[in-house]
Amino acid sequence: MQAGKPVLYSYFRSSCSWRVRIALALKSIDHEIVPINLVKDGGQQFSEEFQTLNPMKQVPILKIDGITIGQSLAIVEYLEETRPTPRLLPQDPKKKAIVRMISDLIASGIQPVQNLSVLKQVGQENQTPWAQRAITSGFNALEKILQSTAGKYCVGDEVSMADVCLVPQVANAERFKVDLSHYPTISRINKALLALEAFQVSHPCRQPDTPAELRA
Amino acid sequence: MKQVPILKIDGITIGQSLAIVEYLEETRPTPRLLPQDPKKKAIVRMISDLIASGIQPVQNLSVLKQVGQENQTPWAQRAITSGFNALEKILQSTAGKYCVGDEVSMADVCLVPQVANAERFKVDLSHYPTISRINKALLALEAFQVSHPCRQPDTPAELRA
Repeated sequence: MQAGKPVLYSYFRSSCSWRVRIALALKSIDHEIVPINLVKDGGQQFSEEFQTLNPMKQVPILKIDGITIGQSLAIVEYLEETRPTPRLLPQDPKKKAIVRMISDLIASGIQPVQNLSVLKQVGQENQTPWAQRAITSGFNALEKILQSTAGKYCVGDEVSMADVCLVPQVANAERFKVDLSHYPTISRINKALLALEAFQVSHPCRQPDTPAELRA
Repeated sequence: MKQVPILKIDGITIGQSLAIVEYLEETRPTPRLLPQDPKKKAIVRMISDLIASGIQPVQNLSVLKQVGQENQTPWAQRAITSGFNALEKILQSTAGKYCVGDEVSMADVCLVPQVANAERFKVDLSHYPTISRINKALLALEAFQVSHPCRQPDTPAELRA
């Protein structure tokens, strides 16, 4: 028997952490957050204590049901299987594949190329163009895909794992000043999702570690 | 996305390798590539994502083109080393014969191609005994041989097995 709530190691601004926060909120899963600051003290993810928890030295990590899971989509899929209501993946295998494809386009195709540790390597003056390029390239493809898959949300009219990935990535795009007017479908869906409670309570501006000047 | 792989199957077109593999798993479930137990399944997915999101995208062709010829090898080595340092630790507690226990899973499907990338960029694999052992065991299996880059229709003559 596992006592205690699930514990999420999260950074307010980490888009990967936000995905898991959204999924936990959509499924109304009560949990604790332990903030890990990726920048302070040289990056708290590099502490020996955190490395033992996650050798990848990244957030998010979820401790749940006696196990420790890293990788945001592996976490979301576990939540989906063990707390299946409300559903974040369609039952139809073909629609499910489309949701996973869109999720992976973002979580493998865009975010890793513009994450903190890569940006540190490209040099200060190159960071914004580098990130813009990664996001633009991915969003060009995503906008086309969504034109055939989207209803109210990324895939049809039900919120799915694809939407869980979309909103944090749009926030990254805004942060790097990507011109979102090129992406009307992405923008429309993002706006509709941000109106939902789960996307609001999980927002970077409302986290325990949100700095005062960024707090909602 | 202007990338491979793409699979056209059952009247649909799917991109993103793990979305494809998960679809194959759901529609052609035998033999299984994901454990039935949700916790073991989560571990398989975590390892797969560590490779497919954490390592490969950072050292793929389109990123390497951007870092400049002379930086490509150190850049790729850094991405792979960083990921393999973490993976080696994780595998020490999850691995049996293969990445997760003794059954071939999606994690193994991701591992072998990434080790090949590591070799291509001259990463010193002696630091990764668990990764190396599992890779060797997997390469002995027929599926990993028939699919190998050296046996493809488009393999250049000089690289052909």
